[in-house]
Amino acid sequence: MSKVRVLVGTHKGAFILSSDGKRKNWEVSEPLFAGWEIYHMKGSPADSNRIYASQTSGWFGQVIQRSSDGGKTWETPGGEKMPQPGEFPAGASNKFVYDVSPETGKPLTTHQWYDGTQHPWEFKRVWHLEPSLTDPDTVYAGVEDAALFKSTNGAQTWQELSGLRGHGTGPKWSPGAGGMGLHSILLDAKNPQRMYIAISAAGAFRTDDGGDTWKPINKGLRSNYIPDPNAEIGHCVHHIALHKSRPDVVFMQKHWDVMRTDNAGDQWTEVSGNLPTDFGFVIDVHAHEPETIYVVPIKSDGHHFPIDGKLQVYRSRTGGNEWEPLTKGLPQRDCYVNVLRDAMAIDSLDSCGVYFGTTGGQVYCSPDSGDTWAPIAENLPAVFSVEVQTLP
Amino acid sequence: MIRVVLPAHLRTLAHVDGEVQVDVRGEATMRSVLDALEEQYPVLRGTIRDHVTLQRRAFLRFFVCAEDWSLEPAESRLPEEVVNGKEPFFVIGAIAGG
Repeated sequence: MSKVRVLVGTHKGAFILSSDGKRKNWEVSEPLFAGWEIYHMKGSPADSNRIYASQTSGWFGQVIQRSSDGGKTWETPGGEKMPQPGEFPAGASNKFVYDVSPETGKPLTTHQWYDGTQHPWEFKRVWHLEPSLTDPDTVYAGVEDAALFKSTNGAQTWQELSGLRGHGTGPKWSPGAGGMGLHSILLDAKNPQRMYIAISAAGAFRTDDGGDTWKPINKGLRSNYIPDPNAEIGHCVHHIALHKSRPDVVFMQKHWDVMRTDNAGDQWTEVSGNLPTDFGFVIDVHAHEPETIYVVPIKSDGHHFPIDGKLQVYRSRTGGNEWEPLTKGLPQRDCYVNVLRDAMAIDSLDSCGVYFGTTGGQVYCSPDSGDTWAPIAENLPAVFSVEVQTLP
Repeated sequence: MIRVVLPAHLRTLAHVDGEVQVDVRGEATMRSVLDALEEQYPVLRGTIRDHVTLQRRAFLRFFVCAEDWSLEPAESRLPEEVVNGKEPFFVIGAIAGG
């Protein structure tokens, strides 16, 4: 029987939740990397034993952890002691250095700060790790201050794909309330040269040449705080998602507004429809129904909790516009948690499982596409991210 | 041998308990102690000082013989008590969070 492994990143460590395909009985691991912030943890689609984790701390900076046995043991590539005195490992998994070379890094100087002044790029942490669809040793990292890095040796060394910051609009990018993070990375299963990323608060971008060159794809987005209705960048995109069978169709939860594009981001259309509020962070797509999507509406950007204390996932089976609340098994009173942008995931079992985690430390699972829900962990630290691996 | 006391999270990361001891080549300065520490525990690279600039991370302090050496030049020679192992070199995380 198939199994699932849910990877949960929290404010104070990581947890692995395991179950068989029924998804009724769960085993919760001991905390991994206890005491550290785990922004994201994700398994390789090419090798389920390979998992990457972003471990960060305001005190000690960034650490990248890697497992090659499904999370039983972990290593920090480049952290091993060398046999000869004075000898260091080649590379270090936590060394993220922006490209400042005269040839490729020349335009990459400053971005816009909160007060409108220019501010130098400063590496703070890795928000999101996206393993390659085909190679367990290739992985992308979206970082704060926003940039995209790539490793082809299992996270031992990283190189910036500097065409993203350097394509021209970088000096106009500005941080959102949570920082200027590159938080979403979508790989195109049909076209390995195409990739989408999103940044708060710059917007969405696409490459069609494997990351060398990029262009903003924000036409059709409207943000009240931007006077120019046709602004190329500056939009606070919270998350983007796609179904692997239709990589030209991308769904977006923006700061306000749920959006979709059917032409790879060349034009976006609002599909908020009958949502009670279209503010939120997460968005994801059903494993087998490309027009079935999920969001968790949040009251407003000033509240960051659900409406009326009721935790509700909303599902659209029509690719947006027509939404239905999913509440069975979710708290419907006195609930004032948030669901952060990387804290929803979808498994690929026949009866599609949907998972999300809250800032209150609960992780919920629906084994039936959202019809019913149950908590699978209830008292974890605040959940930053949730990913799931479907195992044979 | 120079004794180094690390914050708990860095001891966990380096898989050590209690103090660590490092051999310093040449004069014992803050820089040479940290160089030796990172050579012995490469996983600590980037966690105490920046990979490129070698600047101390903002929320860490260095204490020597009950004095704050955080703002001293990295090449400053450490006191004899540290060199001969009577006193440890402390890497301390800022108390933050109330």
